[in-house]
Amino acid sequence: MDVMDASVVKLGTDPDTGYSSFQLGSFTFRRDEYFAHVGWPKGMHTIEVDRFLRAMVRDIGWGFFYGWIFFDDVFGTTNHYGTVDIFAGSYDRGCKEAGIDLLETFPAATVAQAFETIARDWISEGYDPLNAPLETGSPAGPKGKERTDPLVRSFIAADRMLGLEGDKLVRSDETGHPINRAFADLSFDAPDIVCEPGFEGQLHAIDLFEHIARSDVTWNPSISAVTRANICCVTSEEHMLPVIHGNDRNEWFIQLSDEIHWNVADKNSGAPRGRVVMKAGDVCAMPADIRHQGFSPKRSMLMVMENGTPGLEVRYASGELKPYPVDFD
Amino acid sequence: MPYRTKLGALDSYEKGLIELDDDLRKYAFSNIFEVAGAAAPFERVAVVQNLEYVAEVMRVEGDSPWFAAPHDEFALVMDGEVRFNFVKLAEGQVPSHTGGAVQLGGQPNGPVMGYVTARRGHQVLLPEGAAYQLVSNKPAVAILQTVDGPVTVKRWSEICTTA
Repeated sequence: MDVMDASVVKLGTDPDTGYSSFQLGSFTFRRDEYFAHVGWPKGMHTIEVDRFLRAMVRDIGWGFFYGWIFFDDVFGTTNHYGTVDIFAGSYDRGCKEAGIDLLETFPAATVAQAFETIARDWISEGYDPLNAPLETGSPAGPKGKERTDPLVRSFIAADRMLGLEGDKLVRSDETGHPINRAFADLSFDAPDIVCEPGFEGQLHAIDLFEHIARSDVTWNPSISAVTRANICCVTSEEHMLPVIHGNDRNEWFIQLSDEIHWNVADKNSGAPRGRVVMKAGDVCAMPADIRHQGFSPKRSMLMVMENGTPGLEVRYASGELKPYPVDFD
Repeated sequence: MPYRTKLGALDSYEKGLIELDDDLRKYAFSNIFEVAGAAAPFERVAVVQNLEYVAEVMRVEGDSPWFAAPHDEFALVMDGEVRFNFVKLAEGQVPSHTGGAVQLGGQPNGPVMGYVTARRGHQVLLPEGAAYQLVSNKPAVAILQTVDGPVTVKRWSEICTTA
């Protein structure tokens, strides 16, 4: 159902916890000390609040990313690049068979505003869902002082390449990004660039590993280089991807350091297909008909290759393009 | 607690695993060091394909041919040290094919732009309008972000885990 004229509504404030509850379309959102509760006319679903907030803030920061963002097996969003579905149970076999699932479509800006409003109310000082669990406090407990700094940060999208004149900056001490503790054992140096007179500024290189090692967020890719619509994203990953991602196109992972364990399931039903363990140097496609969730025991570096060609989601959804990337010879 | 970061190298890497109740070819699981180890110097072996876009693995050992493309490309050095030499192309020398790198017959006769020396973790711009050559005295490995083109090598059955 399209709900194109809806906006987030504050329903009230719990006198004991101090948290407000909200409504967007037919969905309601309430939290207590430990859990977020999502309600809709035929159902109610509970998600541990740390996971809910980690998912919600990334969903905002990613601009709803590519395709499906499952906060868990039941609740999530689907990006249609201008509009966004909010769903509950639509891709969960049990909810579907019980007939209690709901999907509503809103303008993307409406969902972004609603999620920002909810997250702002539910996040207190001392807790940052973009940080690894070892690097931030807990969201459990009653409401504290609201944070005033931006909830979303560090999504750096280079237009051509990081560090070029007029393009986005490479992370450094000067930008306020020290080397993360998990990469303190690495040594970094700048590439040597020697330009002949008249070609100054036309040759360019960066220490990409250092840029990743200085990231103060996890599971939050940023764009380092762009060839036409071929987008190279890099990200530092620690603990677990707090969403399950079902892409609307094929994407690729290149593990640059350490390892990530990926659980893979059928995108539509959630039925498990197995796992992939990627170690440094491994390359693996994530087909367009799966959902995946990563687990990184130690902070690691990951490169993600995306095809950002507009309209691909329609061509994959229609079956014009195959849900896997390579035909073997 | 001290952390130990694990990086791969041509002579030291550990491949992960893929355990799926699915056709493994859909995931094209490979390892860049394994691919580079089996490749001839300067072959551009595709390890990523997103429709017309690819990422190629190159084993850099000695002086490469000269390459050019009608768009920006990028190289990420994953092992060793690589010197990238650049020559400016005249307007009529810039490749006009659809995309991807082409191999040139030799060093173009344009002005030398300079060079970049890059080591593991360094990402290098291979700019549109320039020809480039990769040089390394010892075996090195680079990933090239580019478009599927005339010198892209595809041997998925050989490089990917299929069972």
